[in-house]
Amino acid sequence: MTASLTPIAEPTPAPSLQPSGWLRYFSFSLDHKVIGLQYIVCGFLFYFVGGALAGVIRTELATPISDFVSREVYNQVLTLHGTVMIFLWIVPVVNGGFGNYLIPFYVGARDMAFPRLNAVAFWMIPPSGLLLISSYFVHGGAAQSGWTAYPPLSLTTPATGQILWILSVLLLGGSSIFGGINFIATIVKFRQPGLKMMMLPMYCWAMLGTSILVVLATPVLAGTLILLSLDIVAHTGFFNPGLGGNVVVYQHLFWFYSHPAVYIMVLPAFGLVSEILPVHARKPLFGYVTMVYSIMAIVILGLIVWAHHMFTSGTPPWMRLFFTIATAFIAVPTGIKFFNWIATLWRGRLALTTAMLFSCAFIIQFVFGGITGVALAQVPFDVHVHDTYFVVAHFHYIVYGGTVFVIFASIYHWYPKFTGRMLNEQLGHLHLLLTVIGFNLCFGPQHWLGLNGMPRRVAEYDPAFTFVNQLSSVGALMMAISTLPFLINVIYSALGGPMAGNNPWRALTPEWLTSSPPPVENWRGAPPLVTEPYGYGHNGSPIDLQTASGRDLWSTEP
Amino acid sequence: MRIPPAILTLVLGMVLVLVSLWVANDVPLLPESASINAPVYDELFRVLLAIGTGLLLGITGIVIYSLVRFRRQAGDQQDGEPIEGNLSLELFWTAVPAVVVLFIGIYSYDIYDRMGGMQSLSVHDHSPHEQLASVRHASPSDQDRLWGGIGIRGSADVLPVEVTALQFAFIFHYPDQNITSGELHVPTGRPVELRLKANDVIHAFWVPQFRLKQDVIPGQQTVLSFTARKPGDYPIVCAELCGPYHGGMRSHVVVHNPDDFSSWLEKTAPPTLS
Repeated sequence: MTASLTPIAEPTPAPSLQPSGWLRYFSFSLDHKVIGLQYIVCGFLFYFVGGALAGVIRTELATPISDFVSREVYNQVLTLHGTVMIFLWIVPVVNGGFGNYLIPFYVGARDMAFPRLNAVAFWMIPPSGLLLISSYFVHGGAAQSGWTAYPPLSLTTPATGQILWILSVLLLGGSSIFGGINFIATIVKFRQPGLKMMMLPMYCWAMLGTSILVVLATPVLAGTLILLSLDIVAHTGFFNPGLGGNVVVYQHLFWFYSHPAVYIMVLPAFGLVSEILPVHARKPLFGYVTMVYSIMAIVILGLIVWAHHMFTSGTPPWMRLFFTIATAFIAVPTGIKFFNWIATLWRGRLALTTAMLFSCAFIIQFVFGGITGVALAQVPFDVHVHDTYFVVAHFHYIVYGGTVFVIFASIYHWYPKFTGRMLNEQLGHLHLLLTVIGFNLCFGPQHWLGLNGMPRRVAEYDPAFTFVNQLSSVGALMMAISTLPFLINVIYSALGGPMAGNNPWRALTPEWLTSSPPPVENWRGAPPLVTEPYGYGHNGSPIDLQTASGRDLWSTEP
Repeated sequence: MRIPPAILTLVLGMVLVLVSLWVANDVPLLPESASINAPVYDELFRVLLAIGTGLLLGITGIVIYSLVRFRRQAGDQQDGEPIEGNLSLELFWTAVPAVVVLFIGIYSYDIYDRMGGMQSLSVHDHSPHEQLASVRHASPSDQDRLWGGIGIRGSADVLPVEVTALQFAFIFHYPDQNITSGELHVPTGRPVELRLKANDVIHAFWVPQFRLKQDVIPGQQTVLSFTARKPGDYPIVCAELCGPYHGGMRSHVVVHNPDDFSSWLEKTAPPTLS
C-alpha cells in the first residue's frame, strides 16, 4: 500500500537508520503513522486466528455431543479465543492502532510524546501473541481455564500452558500501559499552542479517558497474575484454598482490571464514531461538552462496578446492592452519548457510505447490548443467567456489535488517508450486509439459549438446544464469509482503487488537512490550528465549501 | 391537509408501548417456572423486557428513519443545520434514564429481597465490632461463616440436603435419612436448604426452572434455600468452568408431591436405619 507514495524531497535528510518504503512497516519505526498501521495490520492477523478459534467453537457446538475436538482442546480453544480477541485484536487496534495514527494529528504534533516507547509498546505484541498461540504445542497444551483463569482451576490444569498464558498477558498488559502513558502525555502536553482541551476532537477525550483506565487498572491485573503464577510455580497459597488462600480475592482483583477493560475496548470506539458521524452527516457533533463529561463519568463509574461479575460468588448483600446501582448508572452517561449521536444524525445530510452504515449498525447493536447489560446488573436477573449463553450474547453485542463494527467503520473512513486510495463502496455494502446478518444470527439466538438453560464454556449440551445452536453456527459461518469481500476490497483498492485526494470526505479534522498518505512529519509547513473540528453546516457563510479548500477554514496562527 | 407530526409521534409512541407490553407478556422466552421464587423473578423479567423492547425498537426506528429521511441526494454538497447542542434536551435525556435506572434498581432490589437475598446468613449475627474482634483473634467461629445468595431461611420444617460438587458430578446427601444420591429429590411446598461445598475447583449449582444459581467455592460454606412448587424432572447444570467435562456435569432435580416424596424416602433409605 506504500507503492504509490512518491518520494518527498525533504529539506533535512531523513535519519539513515529508518528504512523507507514498505520495509518500514517491518522495522522498529518511530513514525506514529507506521506504528498505527503496524498495530492495525498485526491486530487483523490475530483477528483471523481468533476467528478461526471461534470457528472451532461453533463447529463443536453444531452438535450437542463433544465430537469435533477433545474436551481439553475445546477448553484451550475457548481460552485462546477470548485472550486473542481481547488482548491481541480489539485493545491493540482501537487503542494502539487508531490512537497512534490519529492522536498526533488531532493535537497538532508531529509525533507521539515518546516515539521509542511507542515502538517498544508495539513490538511487544507480536512476540507475546506468538508465545500465547505456540503454547498450544507445549506439553499439556495451552491454558484451559478460560480467559478469566479463575483459581483453583487454573492451578490444577497443565501448568506450562497456564504460565505461558500469564507471561504473554503480562507482556500485552505492559504494552498497553506504555501506550496509555504515551497517549496521556501526548494529549495533555503535546497540544500545539492555542489548542485548548475543549477544542480537541472527541477521540482525544476518549483516548484520554481510556488511557487513565489503562494506567490505573492494568497494573492490578499484572500484580494478580504474578501472584497466580507464584501459586502455580512456587506453590504459594495466595489463591489456593487448600493452603489457606482465597479464590474470591482473585476474582475481585481480576475484575478490577477486567471490567474497566470493557471500557478500554469500548471508549475508543465511542471516540471513533464521534469522528465518523459528523463528517458523513455534515453536521456538528451534538452536545460536545456533555460528550466530554459523559466519557469522564464512564471512566469513574467503570472503576467501581467490578463486583457485578461476582453476584453468584461469595459477596455480601450490601455489596450486591452497591454494585447493582453503580452498574446500572453507567447506562446514564452511555445513554447521553447515544442520544447525542442520534441528534447528530437528525436533520443532517447523511451520506450512506459504508463507514456511516457500520456506525449506525454499531448504535443499534450496542444499544441492544447495553439494555441486556442493565438487565444483567440487576442481581436477581443475573443470578439466573450468570455464566450462561445470555452473557456470551451480551458481551459479543458489546465488543463485536459495538467495537468491531466501529473498527470496520473506521477502516472504511480512514483508508483513503492511510493509502491515498478509495475503497470500493459496493463491496463495502456487501461486507456490511453479510456482517450484520451473520452477527445477529450468530449472537441473537444465544440470549434465548442462556435464558433456557445453556451454560457457557461447554462442549456438550442438552439436545433440546441443537436447532438454535445450529442457527448460531450458520451465523458464525456468515461472519467468516463476510470478511472475504472486505479482504478483497482492501487488497484490490490498495493496488488499483481510485485516487482519494487529500480530503475525499470534505472533513474538517486535522488529519485530512495534509496529503494522503501524509508525509513523515505529518505536514509540510506549520500544522493547522483547528479550533472547531466539527464546524459543519455554515452553508451561507462567505466560504463556500464547494470552491474553497478546507484550509481556508483554519488560521495557521493562534 | 397534512397530519401534524405531534399526533403521528403520539400514535407511534402508543404503538411502541403496546408492542413492548405484548412482547413482555405474551412472548415466552423463559423456561417453565417450578419454584416459588421463579414467578417473582419472571415479574422482574417482564418489566425489564418491556422497557428494553421499547427502547431498542424506538432507537432502531429513529436511526432507520434518519437514514431514509435525511439521506443525501447524489451530488448534494450542502451541509446540514449547524446545531451544536441543546441544553434542555441534554438535561431531559440525562434525567429520564437516571430515573428509569434508579426505578429499576430499587424495584429489582425489592424483588431480590422477596427472593430472600437480603437475609443474614451468618449463624451468629455479628455486629461490626464483634467482626473486627474475630478478625483480630481469628476465633474458630469464623468457620461458621456462611455464604450464599438467594433463599429464605429459618422456617421450621426445612429439608436439609448436603451437596458436594466435585469434578464432574454433584452428590446429594440427606443427613436426616442418611441417603446419598446422584439426583436431588425434593417435595413440593417444603423449603429445602442446600448446604453446598466443593473440594476441588469452583462449580456452580444452577436449576434454570428454579431461576437459581449459586457458585460453590472451595473453602466457603454456602447455603441455598428454595421451595419447589411444580412436580417434574428438571436439570441441574454446572455453570462455572470446572475442567474438561464441565459440559457433562449435569444432574436432575426430581420434584415430587409430598406423598410421593415420602415413599421415595422410604424406598431409598438404607435398611440399617429404621
